[in-house]
Amino acid sequence: MKTDELIDHIAVLPMPRLSPRASLVRGLLVGLMASTVIMLIWLRLRPDLESAMLTAAFWVKLAYAAAVAALVFPVTLGLSRPTGAANGRFWLPGLPFALLAGLAVLQLGSASPAERVNLLIGHSAQVCSLYIAALSVPFLAGLLVSFRGLAPTRPIAAGLSAGFLAGALGTLVYAFHCDESAAPFVAVWYTLGMAVVGAMGGLLGRALLRW
Amino acid sequence: VDEPERRLKALMLAARAGDAAAYRMLLRELAAHLRAYYRRRLGSGSADAEDLVQETLIAVHTKSSTYDDTQPFTPWLHAIARYKLIDQLRRNKQEKVSLDDVHELVSDSNFEAALAGQDVERLLARLPQRARLLLRSVKVDGLSTRDAAALSGMSESAVKVAIHRAMRALSAMLNREEP
Repeated sequence: MKTDELIDHIAVLPMPRLSPRASLVRGLLVGLMASTVIMLIWLRLRPDLESAMLTAAFWVKLAYAAAVAALVFPVTLGLSRPTGAANGRFWLPGLPFALLAGLAVLQLGSASPAERVNLLIGHSAQVCSLYIAALSVPFLAGLLVSFRGLAPTRPIAAGLSAGFLAGALGTLVYAFHCDESAAPFVAVWYTLGMAVVGAMGGLLGRALLRW
Repeated sequence: VDEPERRLKALMLAARAGDAAAYRMLLRELAAHLRAYYRRRLGSGSADAEDLVQETLIAVHTKSSTYDDTQPFTPWLHAIARYKLIDQLRRNKQEKVSLDDVHELVSDSNFEAALAGQDVERLLARLPQRARLLLRSVKVDGLSTRDAAALSGMSESAVKVAIHRAMRALSAMLNREEP
């Protein structure tokens, strides 16, 4: 086909309207619904949720996940455009981790050696990261579908940041099930869960985000 | 701000607002820019250059929502053009091996001979609409499967499979009518 004919063909088509931000948010909302349903049916809310909501530990977990998500989102958005700038802010999500790690060190420092193991391992360390990864999959799927309509020129970086964003939001949902409250536990196993999903996103990004 | 940047951005904004004439003008100007860009990098005789011009124009359309109009337009365009160039160079390395089964089917002698004497449109009308559209744009209008994929929002392999199936269905119809 001649290029001029192609141009005449395209020029009368309506331009896609949905902004990258709206597209990513839509993917995340679909992920949020699926992930919440899976958590409620499969893992269930923690039975002591009401009393837990009166403790600082509950909110620390939520704040950690929410802060990581809020700081990764602009990076993901930047990588969805062909100009591919990560806005120079890709290290910012490290800040909430640094704060949480500081808190974890304080708690470990003031605990007896016998308690320390408990603060780190709790009673669900074997499954925590795995559950987080599972609850993050719907978010990651939603983001990758949205990304297919966008224009990432750095597929691995885009997938990685989508993975971390999905991981942080999966963690947020998981926090309503998980009854661990020690900062060291959260700093290690929650973060590991997010990192696993981040790596998953990077691999999937390389395979899927071609256009 | 330099002159082309200002003009192209103004055309892009008008096109976004729904002005088809501005959109056509924009695409024509972009085609000229892109042709020069790809010929400079692939050699002026390269057949890939014009394919890349077309692919990039399609991407400008399908990915237009990723242009942030608080930013200059030309860097956005160049990012897409560069991505398509790298993608093409990568593909050139991998290709050579894979045989396109669509082409195999087209040259199927039974099909071509039968096609000559048949009312193709009548047979086409019996295919499902999506298959008919794809077959027409690739086999009649001469779009590449890649371009057809981009325009229909399907993956390239899905387009190939759909066309492959449509061709098989057509062959079956021909065989039935002409024992």
